[in-house]
Amino acid sequence: MLKAEPLPLLATGIGKKAVVAITGLVLYGFVFVHALGNLQVFLGREAIKAYRESLHSFPKALWGARAVLLVCLLTHVTLTIDIAAKARAARTTRYKVSAPIAEQGILQRYARKTMVLSGPILLVYIMFHLAHLTAGVVPGLPFKAGEVYDNLVRGFQNPMVAGLYIVANLLLGLHLYHGGVALFQTLGLRHPQWDAHTRHAAFLVTAVVTATNVIIPTTIAAGLIRQ
Amino acid sequence: MAETIDLKLHVWRQKGPSDPGKFEDYSQYAKGISTHASFLEFLDVVNERLVLANQEPIVFDHDCREGICGMCGIVINGEPHGPQKATTTCQLHMRTFRNGEELWVEPWRAAAFPVIRDLSVDRSAFDRIIQAGGYITARAGAAPDANAIPIPKRLADEAMDAATCIGCGACVAACPNASASLFMAAKIGHLNTLPQGQAERDKRTLAMVAQHEREGFGACSNHYLCEAACPKEISVQWIARMNRDLLKAAMTYKPEPQRAGGDG
Repeated sequence: MLKAEPLPLLATGIGKKAVVAITGLVLYGFVFVHALGNLQVFLGREAIKAYRESLHSFPKALWGARAVLLVCLLTHVTLTIDIAAKARAARTTRYKVSAPIAEQGILQRYARKTMVLSGPILLVYIMFHLAHLTAGVVPGLPFKAGEVYDNLVRGFQNPMVAGLYIVANLLLGLHLYHGGVALFQTLGLRHPQWDAHTRHAAFLVTAVVTATNVIIPTTIAAGLIRQ
Repeated sequence: MAETIDLKLHVWRQKGPSDPGKFEDYSQYAKGISTHASFLEFLDVVNERLVLANQEPIVFDHDCREGICGMCGIVINGEPHGPQKATTTCQLHMRTFRNGEELWVEPWRAAAFPVIRDLSVDRSAFDRIIQAGGYITARAGAAPDANAIPIPKRLADEAMDAATCIGCGACVAACPNASASLFMAAKIGHLNTLPQGQAERDKRTLAMVAQHEREGFGACSNHYLCEAACPKEISVQWIARMNRDLLKAAMTYKPEPQRAGGDG
């Protein structure tokens, strides 16, 4: 049973989690920039179209970035499933009474408890989001390639679609908040002097992303932005 | 405050590692319990009554009964070591509970801590993690002068915070992933903070983390229930330090060259 040889980094829970944290950070950065870019919908049809065209004018960079994001997403998800499966095997029995032993803020408590739930839901949401606004293959939702503004407005005029985006983005907020705080712990970048700052920074970035992503479908569904 | 209380007591009984086990209702043996008794003394009273009723007494681990040995450890109503913060089961007193309160008493639950019998679990996985860490290089012979190695007060205090870990396993019991991260982090951090621990620092960190993995404990998922359950209030900051030490060691460690030594 006892062996003194070290394991390769990726065979340890700590190593796997470090990779989950780093890939998560890449995706975090993308989500932040993506949300800020999308705010241009409020500048009107032409502004958001110009934004799309400027991104598409560098096809190599665009597809390179997409490839990096896809690899990060797949790694993030695969390693998390692996870690969760090991955890499940390590703790097979639950206690008769479940006690709230950790005193944490309600937001943090809820965020960490829903991590297992928000992950898979977000994965489904990302696939729907890509099918809806990138590929344009969702049946029943009209799509015209390049017409970002129309596609967005028509999609969110459907209250079901807008509702889905709002719920998914609130969950994304919780996921980002927990992940944003946790990644400093996972990578060992904590210090009592920085703790409050990292938590505030994670909260602020998460708040900006979530507010943006919720305001866009809400204003469209409420009819404040029209075609 | 009432001097004695009656409790609705359910205790996990399990004949051995392969027995499925089940809760038994021992409320009839848990009446008139002194509020001044510790939880283990309460179990002693229940056991005496069980023996008088020709039943098998409940098996539970205990040793010093003064909160420093790390032998005792029982989950009471889902909380390792019971509801009182920073307290081992042996230092928990019955005045913590209300008259008529329902208690569900269970062993630590973790695949790496198989139940030996009833409330007693096999924690030798912890011993093997410590063993894997190996020795520290120290000069043999007479005891050195107390201040022979200069250590800043701050570091000595920090190392002591980690060294207060008594290895009871409450962190594993509390963790939804049955991870021993807090235990391992305290043991790694204690030596890695001190000058005496520097020679084998990377090797020890890598070996202990590897053994934790081999024992089948889960990974930390930053729930921090361990810190809340720890009777010695060891901070999860130590887990962050361990993560940093491991990542650094994994990237920089070179094994010692294996060469034949001299005749000495």
